[in-house]
Amino acid sequence: MDDPNRREFIGTVVTTALASVLAPGTARADAASPHSPPGAPPPTLTPPPDIPVALTVNGTTVRLTLDPRTTLLDALRESMHLTGSKKGCDHGQCGACTVHLNGRRVLACLTLAVMAQDQPVTTIEGLARGDTLHPMQQAFIDRDGLQCGYCTPGQIMSAVALLNEPCGPADDDVRECMSGNICRCGAYPNIVAAVQDVRTATARG
Amino acid sequence: MIGDPVSRVDGRLKVTGAARYSAEWPIDNLAYGVIVQSTVAKGMITAFDTEHARSSPGVVAVYTADNAPALPDKGRAAMKPPAGRELSLLQDRAVRYNGEPIGLVVAEKFEQATHAASLVRAQYESHTPLIDMQSALPSAYPYKPNINGSFPPATQRGDLAAGLAAADARIDATFTAPIETHNSMEPHNTIAQWDGDQLTLYDSTQFVYGVKRFIAKIFGIPEANVRVISHFTGGAFGSKGAPWSHVVLAAMAARALNRPVKVVLTRKQMFGLVGARPHTVQHLKLGARKDGTLTAMEHRSISSTSSFEEWVEPVTLATRLMYACSNQQTAHELVRLDVGTPTFNRGPGESSGIFALESAMDELAVKLAMDPIELRLRNYAERDPESGLEWSSKSLRQCYSLGAERFGWSRRRAEPRSVRDGDAFVGIGMSSATYPARRAPASALARLMPDGMIVVQAATHELGTGTYTIMTQIAADALGVPIERVRFELGDTRLPENPISAGSLTAQSTGTAVHLAAVALHDKIAAMRGDVTTIVSARDLVTRGGGQPIEARADAKPGDEQKAFSMHSFGAIFAEVRVDASLGTVKLSRMLGAYGVGRILNPKTARSQMIGGMIYGLGMTLTEDTLLDARTGRYLNADLAEYLVPVNADIPEIDVMFMDERDPQTNPLGTKGIGEIGCVGVTAAIANAVYNATGVRVRDLPITLDKILGHTSFAD
Repeated sequence: MDDPNRREFIGTVVTTALASVLAPGTARADAASPHSPPGAPPPTLTPPPDIPVALTVNGTTVRLTLDPRTTLLDALRESMHLTGSKKGCDHGQCGACTVHLNGRRVLACLTLAVMAQDQPVTTIEGLARGDTLHPMQQAFIDRDGLQCGYCTPGQIMSAVALLNEPCGPADDDVRECMSGNICRCGAYPNIVAAVQDVRTATARG
Repeated sequence: MIGDPVSRVDGRLKVTGAARYSAEWPIDNLAYGVIVQSTVAKGMITAFDTEHARSSPGVVAVYTADNAPALPDKGRAAMKPPAGRELSLLQDRAVRYNGEPIGLVVAEKFEQATHAASLVRAQYESHTPLIDMQSALPSAYPYKPNINGSFPPATQRGDLAAGLAAADARIDATFTAPIETHNSMEPHNTIAQWDGDQLTLYDSTQFVYGVKRFIAKIFGIPEANVRVISHFTGGAFGSKGAPWSHVVLAAMAARALNRPVKVVLTRKQMFGLVGARPHTVQHLKLGARKDGTLTAMEHRSISSTSSFEEWVEPVTLATRLMYACSNQQTAHELVRLDVGTPTFNRGPGESSGIFALESAMDELAVKLAMDPIELRLRNYAERDPESGLEWSSKSLRQCYSLGAERFGWSRRRAEPRSVRDGDAFVGIGMSSATYPARRAPASALARLMPDGMIVVQAATHELGTGTYTIMTQIAADALGVPIERVRFELGDTRLPENPISAGSLTAQSTGTAVHLAAVALHDKIAAMRGDVTTIVSARDLVTRGGGQPIEARADAKPGDEQKAFSMHSFGAIFAEVRVDASLGTVKLSRMLGAYGVGRILNPKTARSQMIGGMIYGLGMTLTEDTLLDARTGRYLNADLAEYLVPVNADIPEIDVMFMDERDPQTNPLGTKGIGEIGCVGVTAAIANAVYNATGVRVRDLPITLDKILGHTSFAD
C-alpha cells in the first residue's frame, strides 16, 4: 500500500469518481476546468496507466484493457459496443444508464468498470430470450411506454428490478419507484401502465 | 391502417437497445473530442495555456483560436438566422457568454480527452456582463424583421385606445417566464468522418438536410460532399433543429487529424451552447364590456436574446387570432444579454404567449364574474380576425364543451379557496390552446422490392414522434397492404429531401409526400396489370421488370390553399391542482386536453405525444427555471438534479380527447400536426387552477411555493 504508484492510482480513481458525483463547487479545487479561477495553474495529476478489467455481461465474460477511470457505462458503450445502456447525464441523475449488477439496479455511470468485476452485469441487450421479449419489454411496446426511446432501456431495467423490490401495489407506488428514471418525452403514464400490467400478470401467473 | 392504434414499428428496436443513435455508430480508429468552455461571460482571451493538456497521455490535438483551422468568412459563411446560427468555432478570441466553447481537446480515449480538457487554461480581459433580465429591461428595443420570415413583428387593428376607453372592465398585467432549457435525454452529439473530401456526419438532429447545407457552407465545400445520417434522435424539442458549434468542431478536428472524431456534449454543456426558450416579460391589456365582449387587446412581449444574434420568441402570434376583437395591438421587443442564443422550444411562441393571454382572460372572467369558458365563447373567432380568412377547420367550441363535460367543469366553484380536502386547497382551471398547421415541400420514394416488400424513403426524422410508424401506416394504407409489407427509411441525406422535423410539420409535409408516392406506386403497378396486395404478384411483377425494383417518387408542395384559408390547430386544457394549505406546494392532480388537430393517423402514438406535450408544459409551469449567476453569467443549476424536469411521481392521470376532425384544406390526409400544441395552454390552465384553489394569482413562472406562501391572499 505504500507504493507511491499505487497510492497515486487510488487517489486518481477516487478523485475522478468524486468529481463526477460531487456538486461542481466541491470539485472546484481539483480538476473540472470551468470552475477553476481564470489563470490558475492546472493540477499536476498524472493519469494512471491502463489496467486489465474482466467484465461478465449478459453471461459472457470479456477481458478489456481500460483506463481505470472508465465507468461501467463507458466500458459497455465504447469498448464493448453494447450501446443499449444510455448516457443521459453521466452524474447519476437521470437513470438512462440503469443496468443490473447481481440482479439489482445500479447506475452504470456511477459505477467504475473495475468495481463491476466478478459480478454478473445484465444490460437491456441481455433481457430478451432469443426472439422472445421480456414481458416488460413487450408491455412497454403494448402500452406505448416510450417515445424517442433514449431513456427506455433504463426505464425497462428499472422496471424489471422493481418487480423484485418492496414496491407497494398502487400506481403511486410505481410512480415513486420509477422516479429515478427521467423521460423528457413524457411517457410516464404509459410506463406506469406497462409496469402494472406485468405486475398483475406476474401475480396471476 | 390510417387511424388504427398501431404499436410503434420501431418499438422492438427501442426496447431491446438495438435502435442506433448517432453517437453509437461503431467507427474504426475513432478519437474523442471534448469541448473546453470559457469561464467568464464577456471579454477577450489574452492567452491560452495548452501545454499541460497537450502533454497529457493520449491527447492527439488541442485546438483553440491560436491554432484552429481557419474557416471561410471566419465560420460565418452559413449564418442565416433563425436556422443558420452564429456559432463558436475557435475563429477569434472573443468571449460572449460563460461556458462558450473556446477549445476542443481530442484524445484516443474519452477519459483522456475529458481529463486533458480540464488542463486547458485561458487568460481573459474580462468585462462586466449583462445577465439579469429585470435590470436589462430598460435596454429593450423593438424587433424589426419579420418573425420566422413571414409574420410582421408588430400589428395593429382598430383603435386600441378607443377600445380600452369603451371597456367596462380592464386587465393590465405583466407576466414573466424564465429561460427554459430543453434537456432532451440524449445529449447533442456528432461523429464526423472524412473520406478524402467526402464528409459523413452521424448527428443527433431534427434536420439532416439542414445540417448538410449548413456544414457545406461553413467549410466551403460542395453540398454533394456531405452526407448526414440520423436514424434515431433521442429527443430534441427544438434544440436539435439547427447545428450548433460541436457539429462543426467535430468535423473540423476530423479533417485536420484525418481520422473520425466523436463529440458528445455533457449534460452541463446542454445549458447555453444549444439554445433554450428565452426569458419573456409580457404586458397584457384587455378591455371588455359587461357582457364579456372584448373591446381591446394589447400584447407586448419582451424576450431575451444573446449579444451576438437577434432571436425572437414569437410570443404574440396566437393573440392575433385567438379572439374576435376589433381593437388590438401586438409587438415584440428584445433585450440583449450575455448568454447563449435562444432557440425554438416546444410550442415556441404559443407556449409563452398563451400563458399570459389565457391567464389574463381568467382574470377578466373573475372581474366580470363570468364563467371562464363562457367568456371565451363570447369572443369566439368564427374566422381568423387578423387575416379575415376562413379557418380550414376549427373545433374549439367542441373542445370547450366536450372537454368541460368530461372533466366535470360544471362542478367548479368560482370562489377561490372554497374547496378544501384535508391539507389541500383544490382548484380547477382551464385554458385555450392553438398552434399553426404548417406545411413545407417534401419528397418521398416508394419501391416495390424483389422480395415483395415495399420500401418507402424520405429524409425525415424519428424524434419520438412516431415517424417510422405513421409513415408506414400512410404508405400501407395507400397501397392496400398490411404494414408488415412496408419498411420506412429516414434520416439520411441520400434519401429524398424533407423539411425540418419541427413546428408540427412532419405528418403534414412528409406524410403527404409518402401518401402521394405510395399512391403513385400503386397506380404504376395497376397500369402493369399487377396486384401489389399479393406478394406472389408483386414478386412476379419485379421479375418481369428484369429484377429491378419498381419505383415511384412524389414531390409534394403546399399550394394556393395556404393563402385561401387560415390553418390552425386548437384545444382546451383543463387542470386540477391541490395546493398544500401550510406549505404552498402545488400538485397537479388531474389534467385533460381536448384537441381539434385534424385527422389522427394513429390514436395510440398521438395520445402519447399529447400527454408528453402536457407534461413538458407542466415542467414549464411548476419547476423549470434556468438559473444564472447575475455577476458571472454562470449556470447555477446545469444538471438534472437541480434543473427540475417532471419525474414520474409528478404525473397524475392525464386524459386526452381528439375531436372528430379531418381538415379538408391542409393536405390530402386531412392532418394538422400535433407535436407542438400539447405543450400550449398547460401553463395557464394550471396557473388558473392555482388561483381557483388559493386566490393567489401567480404571473411569474415557475409557480413555486414561495410565490404562493408569501402572498397576502394565502394567509390561512
